[in-house]
Amino acid sequence: MNVLEPYMDLILSVVYLVGVLMFLTIFALLAVWLERKVSAHLQDRLGPMMTGGWHGWSQTIADALKLILKEDIIPAVADRKLFRLAPYLVFIGSLAGFAVLPFAHNLIGSDINIGVYYVIAITSLVVIGILMAGWASNNKWALYGAMRAAAQMVSYEIPVALSLLIPVLMAGTMSMQTIVQNQAGGFWNWYVFQSIPFSLVAFVIYFWASLAEVNRTPFDIPEAESELVAGFHVEYSGMRFAVFFLAEYGNMFVVSAIAATVFLGGWHAPFTFLDFIPGPIWFIGKSMGLVLVQLWLRWTLPRLRVDQLMHVCWKIFLPFSFANLLLVGLWVVLKG
Amino acid sequence: MNFGPIFLFLIAAGGVVFVALFLNRMLAPRKPNPEKLSTYECGEEAVGSPWIRFNTRFYVIALIFLVFDVEVLFLFPWAVNLKSLGMFAWIEMAVFIIILSVGLAYVWAKRDLEWIKPDSDEIQAALRQSSQTITDK
Repeated sequence: MNVLEPYMDLILSVVYLVGVLMFLTIFALLAVWLERKVSAHLQDRLGPMMTGGWHGWSQTIADALKLILKEDIIPAVADRKLFRLAPYLVFIGSLAGFAVLPFAHNLIGSDINIGVYYVIAITSLVVIGILMAGWASNNKWALYGAMRAAAQMVSYEIPVALSLLIPVLMAGTMSMQTIVQNQAGGFWNWYVFQSIPFSLVAFVIYFWASLAEVNRTPFDIPEAESELVAGFHVEYSGMRFAVFFLAEYGNMFVVSAIAATVFLGGWHAPFTFLDFIPGPIWFIGKSMGLVLVQLWLRWTLPRLRVDQLMHVCWKIFLPFSFANLLLVGLWVVLKG
Repeated sequence: MNFGPIFLFLIAAGGVVFVALFLNRMLAPRKPNPEKLSTYECGEEAVGSPWIRFNTRFYVIALIFLVFDVEVLFLFPWAVNLKSLGMFAWIEMAVFIIILSVGLAYVWAKRDLEWIKPDSDEIQAALRQSSQTITDK
């Protein structure tokens, strides 16, 4: 064992990384299946029922296999280098977010002291990847989708960052683990229920704006099927398309998990007598709950128009976030 | 402070995509033809290049974003240390935010936050003028 001693950290990190990758794959397969089932049942349909027997549980596995066997088409007029690079950036931006998600008190890729800030920064890579994909495709649908996506994602990044500042203010740190530890001891200590109503407002703004960040309905105009076919990834096929898809579902989990971490107590149980249930179950449970809300909203709300989208972001979320921030700051200062 | 695992995540993300695309290359058929490689436009022949000049609206949004994003950059260290800095820091930041709000109010009043911006009075007058000359002829 002594030979391995200096490499122990590295080995543990690699093991954790493999675990996260497996989790991401299983989550994506499950979430795509759930998306179809939830949408089907909301519309009084059944959804996939045949593949694999019970309620078509292996439909997405079959789809993934199909995608890996599909021909990879790069349009003749495309900018080949950028076209190939784009999926890498999008997926890196998505997976890197997982590195600072605290699944349990000792289960985290790296508890850096700028955790919240790092997440905001690294997920911006996705915007660059999307813009790159849309431009490189040399396709009108793709470019319109990419331009819309970029405008929307950068706009909504500001309300997201400002709302994430609220828990940072209350905790006095940006480390994910410390933020979670400060919320111990029952659900009334969760940041969403502290300094009511300000943090509640911050949570609502964060959740709405994060829907726009990951291009989910009602903010899905970058992909609006009925007008842009598929938006920025319209020219992608086979595995390259699958990578975009995987990154999108990865991002859905990341934004929900951040909300669960900074507002909903992370891996803490809502009541102290439930502490015997392990942390990862609470953490994944809370995140999955928010993911389900995202799926539910998709089939409940109509898509916003682009002018309404900008209106909501700059004229409603931004002033409210600023006022909110100053009021929570005052609360923090006066409380001492 | 340990950024090693994060570096590992970045590398691994690239590696995963590479392996997935490599598998795809090995397993999938490759039979390109000009029709297949043409630009997809719902079956129509593509007309012109999509690499066109874009509405300036996008650039305005990008500029406003830049201003507020830099501001958020300043807010993070303030938020972490507010408890120890106390009331003075809060007032300082309130002043800073108010100054930036003036900027927001300016863009708002200039109607740059509206996606469909009505033409300015001069442009409207010029348009009316030109349509008038056309009807006169």
